[in-house]
Amino acid sequence: MAEYSALSLLKNAFSGNRGWKPAWRKASPKPAYDVIVVGGGGHGLATAYYLAAEHGIRKVAVLEKGWLGSGNIGRNTTIVRSNYLLPESIRFYDHSVKLWENLSHQLNYNVMFSQRGVLNLAHSPAQVDDYIRRGNAMRHEGGDGIWLSPAQIARYAPGVDVSSSARFPVVGGLLQPRAGTARHDAVAWGYARAADRLGVDIIENCEVTGFLRDGDEITGVATSRGDIRGKKVAVAVAGSTGRVMKLAGIENLPIESHVLQAFVSESIKPFVDCVVTFGAGHLYMSQSDKGGLVFGGSLDLYNSYAQRGNLPLVEEVMSEITAMFPAVAKLRLLRSWGGVMDMSMDGSPIITKGPLPGMYLNCGWCYGGFKATPASGYSFAWTIAKDEPHPINAPFTLSRFERGVIIDEKGQGPTPKLH
Amino acid sequence: MLISCPHCGPRDLAEFTYQGDATRTRPDLASTDTAAWHAYVYERPNPAGLHREYWQHSGGCRSHLLVVRDTVSHEIASAKFARKAREMIG
Repeated sequence: MAEYSALSLLKNAFSGNRGWKPAWRKASPKPAYDVIVVGGGGHGLATAYYLAAEHGIRKVAVLEKGWLGSGNIGRNTTIVRSNYLLPESIRFYDHSVKLWENLSHQLNYNVMFSQRGVLNLAHSPAQVDDYIRRGNAMRHEGGDGIWLSPAQIARYAPGVDVSSSARFPVVGGLLQPRAGTARHDAVAWGYARAADRLGVDIIENCEVTGFLRDGDEITGVATSRGDIRGKKVAVAVAGSTGRVMKLAGIENLPIESHVLQAFVSESIKPFVDCVVTFGAGHLYMSQSDKGGLVFGGSLDLYNSYAQRGNLPLVEEVMSEITAMFPAVAKLRLLRSWGGVMDMSMDGSPIITKGPLPGMYLNCGWCYGGFKATPASGYSFAWTIAKDEPHPINAPFTLSRFERGVIIDEKGQGPTPKLH
Repeated sequence: MLISCPHCGPRDLAEFTYQGDATRTRPDLASTDTAAWHAYVYERPNPAGLHREYWQHSGGCRSHLLVVRDTVSHEIASAKFARKAREMIG
């Protein structure tokens, strides 16, 4: 396998770039594995990598029904942050940011993690109180939250309309300097390559069509490429959670699938060098290294398994981005697309053993799955390997809804579309 | 997406507000069966296919509707006044 280094870049540049090898093998399914990971997205690949790297479990298969990176890992707006309010969330997502900080080095693959800062704009006194409270909660847990005045915002992110004549005047903002963006495809490719090098079989175009069972116990999966036995079967399929779990006879979960749209504009010169979110509506925007403005807003707000949305939401997002950055009004939109979000009942994920013996479940990422990729894989692998949760994912059980210990950041209650 | 309101006829999605899953029936208010309440409040079938759900024609006649819609194709199989539809289901 190719090592990536300055020297190998130089060597291959002089030999016409014909020396590069595929980043991972095209594996075919073997009859049995120690762990089968269903879902070859970011979380599934990260889980396989940490199983092999941290726990020495190398007889691992990752099954992906399409091609690697075809789901939400390739559809998100690439934002990484840990600016949460509740201690459970801050600890989990801050652990993730710490893993992000060393990820390129650890995987020997440049995931282009850029700590350019995430700035949440506030537009009302209530929002100021709310954001300052959140910043204090972050600092209390050892994180980084900084309050900016409108004048400081104008210096930090020129282009934001901080004038008093704005439709929703900006009265301040919460900045997390360690937050930022990463190259989403590279995260999938980097984890895939690193896992492959440790012996993990990554099997694309292999759809799970059923579960093999011995009584209640899950003993493997039936797939479009034949039956595969696994001592442990881990499901990390995000928006497809409902579909896959029904194959195991689980008819109900605290999850609804919703479609979330995202957008990218034509490329322009450097315009904004941090991630900015609009507090008077729901909008988040950053500029990619290629120059396109990458942004998204709210869900389409109805249950959906379609990877495409409808036009009313497009209109709403466009009106928000032009309210925040009047200068972008004449930009052309390059692409828009949709991804299916596994919206949980309290807005927090589920990373747990069960619900059936031999099975492990990772779902409920709402629209925060990308930033969580390293911590999700890390803690899910820990849970699978040791049959007990890591301290960072211990609160994120499936049984918390029954027990009334929900982790609801915004206090929205059990309405998935609002999280 | 167009929804055929039984009162106003086919109208654009923008006129409607989604009110969520209609597959659940609230337990009797006097019930202390925590499993039944948990199922009502937190558990959803979340089907990939036909889904029974509530919408309100909030930008029109303000009727509450019970809509059967395909969550994969977004095709709408039926849209009825919620109260009448619930009475028919029982």
